[in-house]
Order: sequence, then structure tokens, then C-alpha cells
Amino acid sequence: MASSFAACLAAAVQGPVLWLRESWQGDTLNPVGFLPVLDPVRVLLAHPANQTDALAVAEEALKDGAVALVVLEITRPLDLREGRRLQLAAGTGGTIGLCLIPEGMGSNAAETRWRATPVFDPKHEDSTLMRWEIIKNKMGTFGAWNVCWNAQAHRLDLVSPAGE
Amino acid sequence: MFAGTHRRIVSIWFPRLASDRVLRARPVEGPFALSQRIGSSETIYCLNGAAERTGLHRGMRMADARSFCPNLISQPARPDQEARFLRLLRRWAERYCPWVGLEGADGLVLDITGAAHLFGGEAAMLADMQARLARAGVTAQLGLAASRGAAWAVAHFGGSAETLLSLPVAALRLPTDTVVALQRLGLRKIGDLAASPRAPLARRFGQDLLTRLDQCLGHAPEPVTPEAEPPQFATRMTLPEPIGLQADVQAALERLLTPLCQKLATQEMGARRLCLTLRRVDQASQQVELRLAAPMREPARILPLFARGLEDVDAGFGIDQMRLEAVQVERLAPPQSNALQSAAPGHAPPEQLADLITRIGTRIGLENVLRFLPAESHIPERAFLLAPAAFSTPQSGFTAPRPRPLRLFAPEPLAAQGAEPPQSFRWRGMRLTLGRATGPERIAPEWWIEDENWRRGLRDYWRVETREGRRLWMFYTPQDPGWFVQGEFA
Repeated sequence: MASSFAACLAAAVQGPVLWLRESWQGDTLNPVGFLPVLDPVRVLLAHPANQTDALAVAEEALKDGAVALVVLEITRPLDLREGRRLQLAAGTGGTIGLCLIPEGMGSNAAETRWRATPVFDPKHEDSTLMRWEIIKNKMGTFGAWNVCWNAQAHRLDLVSPAGE
Repeated sequence: MFAGTHRRIVSIWFPRLASDRVLRARPVEGPFALSQRIGSSETIYCLNGAAERTGLHRGMRMADARSFCPNLISQPARPDQEARFLRLLRRWAERYCPWVGLEGADGLVLDITGAAHLFGGEAAMLADMQARLARAGVTAQLGLAASRGAAWAVAHFGGSAETLLSLPVAALRLPTDTVVALQRLGLRKIGDLAASPRAPLARRFGQDLLTRLDQCLGHAPEPVTPEAEPPQFATRMTLPEPIGLQADVQAALERLLTPLCQKLATQEMGARRLCLTLRRVDQASQQVELRLAAPMREPARILPLFARGLEDVDAGFGIDQMRLEAVQVERLAPPQSNALQSAAPGHAPPEQLADLITRIGTRIGLENVLRFLPAESHIPERAFLLAPAAFSTPQSGFTAPRPRPLRLFAPEPLAAQGAEPPQSFRWRGMRLTLGRATGPERIAPEWWIEDENWRRGLRDYWRVETREGRRLWMFYTPQDPGWFVQGEFA
């Protein structure tokens, strides 16, 4: 789902990636799973105790600019002030911030919002076919693409125009 | 030094250093001994006067000692603590003169040439030493003479510098077998040895004996080597007027940091943990601790990292004393200047990342900022380690023989039967139908590690692509049939 979107974005930027998830969450990220997309050495993991700490750390990292991408997994919706602070911090530091949200928890402050869903590919085995839809865009129009990670060329392949 | 003047050397011998150290902290009435395990038996390492009077001696077996003296109190010896105590005493002895060296494991040697008059003469100085050591509860024997060897002899065997020649030959710091051989020859006293011809002695016992003799009589030099003080990485400041504003505290901290960092730079060290103690006018003190993600010594970088800690300080009626100490230091070589590297665009310098980790660490704890390290295991959940980023170096070397899921979770059971993946199943409240299954990949548990999660034995892993889109990593346990979902791709 969204983790592979984050991984593809991390592969596209240069520099370290800070991945924030609250410490109580049961599942773990598997660095070996990242291998085809990006080198896990670039990933720094932070485990804050609660979402307030996670937001504070995210703001600090976005403002600082030492990392190229901040991935934040949230478990409760952001209010207007929190979203705006993160957006201002990202603007100051020139860092990309990506919030992995459960359905319907998007913040108004976000520049873009994407929905990434895996798609069953009947033709190819070991396929990584995904459908990426842009469902909010402050600067442009919406769109949808079917994409697939090409591990040899280390890039995204556009599979076919979305049939809509 | 002091060429042409008479040197005056004081040797201090602590005959019961180890037991005195313990008894100082916890006084004991009656016999007391420290025991040391040599081979398979406990022997007496050091004992107090009361124990000596009951007939015990060093090197005696503890079992024998207990039968001689049933009310003996004993405790294991700590030679490392003893060495530390001796270094403390050495530092204390610097109040008498700057040239203080260690003499073996249980003595000090002081070169008091030209320092005695400050204490009202040599006799008064020795009396002062003896009185202070006695008050501190340390037994000491002092010897004053014109050479180091003679002072040692007087400290250990009594007498004075004038009666040196009548002391036994053991007072020359000789090995035991030489002492025994000399006694067999009838050379019992230093005077006998000094009077006998030197050449036959050298032929029989080697040059060492004569060197010792000359050192004792002051014919050969033997300097006192003062120990270098270990560097202290701390600075402090007393303010004429109490301060309370955050900006003022920051400014004062900057003035503390600069000399501290200079000191670190001269020793080629970097601070890893800093502790700032702020004392208020009402005598209460507050501490601000800063743990750094990497050793550093640049005041301009450390100062902003303190900002968050200083916010929480309650200044009360004002702060009038500040002390900054580098509690933990690490070796940090001077950086190589590399103009090309720092000019490369697009990459933040590594120090910036270390500073960020420090700042994040002050909020959520430095041990909660982690990085992945590869591990040698084919068990999926043990193929990597999570290590604190501040205390590890990045390592690559991850390998994946087959595609692995992005997320792993604790195995979630499925209601399904048979060795082939089920055509349709229910997982997390979703009804999913099988699109394609790739596998199986058999992974056997590591028999050398007892793992509760692998109680079911072998696992046959399948990559299951569902028609709904979700790609799951499922396994079947043939030894104890059951289906589980353990991870999700994408």
C-alpha cells in the first residue's frame, strides 16, 4: 500500500530518509523488503512514544533539512494547526514530508494527497503493479496511473494509461 | 633538578592499604581481613591490626584463619579499587610538594627538596602527614632520607637515615632469593655489604645488587617521576549577580563552552555527554544533560543543542553558579579539511545529520532513533537488527534471495486447510480470493536458538497475490498444519 509509495519516493530523492512510527505499533518495517527499491542504509527510524512527539520530531526534521524525506505514519487525524505547522516547516527546510494516513484522515494543509493501491496483474509473475491516484492537488489537476517498479533499471515504469 | 643541593625524599608506605580503604567506609570492631582467591583456595590478602594480633598473617588460607579466629569478618579484595585509592592519596600528597610518584602498589614517594620550610621544617611536615593520614584512618609509615632507596628502607624497616647501615639487606628492595643468599654468606646488614669488595659481589649476584646499594646510599641517581594529572573536562563560572533570563544563561553557557572545547581540542577528544549544573541563589541546583549523537567539540554546534534543555530550567530567584562538565568523552581526531567535499551540492554534511539526531534524541531519547543493520540469518524477522543510530555505524550488506515483504507482523492465523494456498480466505475482516501463488519457499527454524514463535517447526512460505490487489506473505506449517499471514508486500 502506502509503504511502497513511500519507498519509491525515497528512492527518487537523494540523501537520508527519516521514518517515524510510534513505538507501540505492532508491525515492523522489513529492511530486506526495501532492497529492490532503496538501500536500507539510507533509512533512519525514529520511534516516538506518542503522536505529539512524532509531530514534534517531524517538524524538527523537516525544518532542519538534514534529511531528504520525512515519512510520518499517523494514527489520529491532524488538526488544522498541526498540519499547517508541518507544511510551514517543510517549506522552510525544503524537505519533502510524506504522511501515511489511514483512509479519510487527510490534512487540509497537504499540497497533494495520493491513494496508492496494489493491483492484481494477471500477466506477469512477481509483479509490483500499483495504481496511484492523486486525489488532492493544490497546484494542478487530478490523475491516475498504473505503475510498476522496475528493479533492473531502478525506476518506475508506467504500465498503461488508466482506463477511465 | 636542584643540582648541587641535597635532595630530601619522603617515602610513605601504607602497610594496610586495602583493609584501611574498606574500613574507612565501614568501620568494623575486631579482626577483619580481605580475602583473595588464588587457584582454588581463598587466602588472606590484607588484614587489620586486630586480626594480626590474633596470629593471622597474609597469605594464610581463609579456612585456617577462620578456625584460629572464629569472629573474623572478611570480604573479597578489590585490587582495582585499591589502585584507585592509591591514586587519590597521590593526589592528596601533592599538597606537600609537586613531585609525587607512586612507589609500587602500596606506597608513595615525595621529593620534598625545597618544600619543607613551607610546613615549618621536615619534622613538622612529617608529623603533619602522619597526623592527617591517621585522622583519615590510613596506617602509614614514613621514611625521610637523602635518596629514594634510603627513604624506602627507612619507611619499611624503621630507624632513620643515620642508622641506614645497620638495616637488614632486605631493605635494599632485592628479590627474596638474593636476600637469602646474602644472609647465607653472612652479609646481614647494609653496612656489611657496603664494606665488602664490589667486584666479587657483582660477579656473584649481578649488577642489580650494586645498583640497588648505590641507589640506597645516594651514589646513583633515582629520580621521582610525578604522574601526569588526568585531564579534567569541566569548566565553571561564578556570577557576581544572579541571572534568570534564558538569553543570559545561553551567553554564560557559551563562555563556559569555549574553554571546554579548547581543552577537548588539545586532548583530541570530543564530548559525548555533557552535564550543565546550574546553582541557584537558594542553594538548589538543577542539571541539564545533553547526550550527543556523535562526539563533537565545536561550541557553535553544541550551544543550540542545549536550547531545549535550558527551556525547562526553573531559575527561581536567579542562578549564580554554573558548571559544565563533559561527563563522557571519546577520542576525536582533528578533522581533515576537504574543501571539495563540503562544496558538493545536494548533500547535507554528516554533522548536520548528527545534530538532528541529537535534537530528536533530546525529545524522544537517543535510543529511540534507530537504523537497520544486516544480520546473518535466514529467519525473516532476524535478518536485520535495529540499533541506535548514535551508537552504531551504517553497514550495508543486506541480501534477499527472494522477494521479501515490506512489512512484517506477528503471524495471523487463517482458517484454511491443505498444503496449497486456499482459493479464498478471510483476513482482517476482508474476503480475499487467490489470484496467483508463488512458492513454496521452505525455511527451517534455527535449532540452536530456542524461539517461541517457531514452535510449529518448518514453514513453507508463499507469495500470494489476491484478485483484490493485496499481496500477502503467507506460510503453511507442514509439521503442525496451519496457515498464517506474516507480512505484506507493497
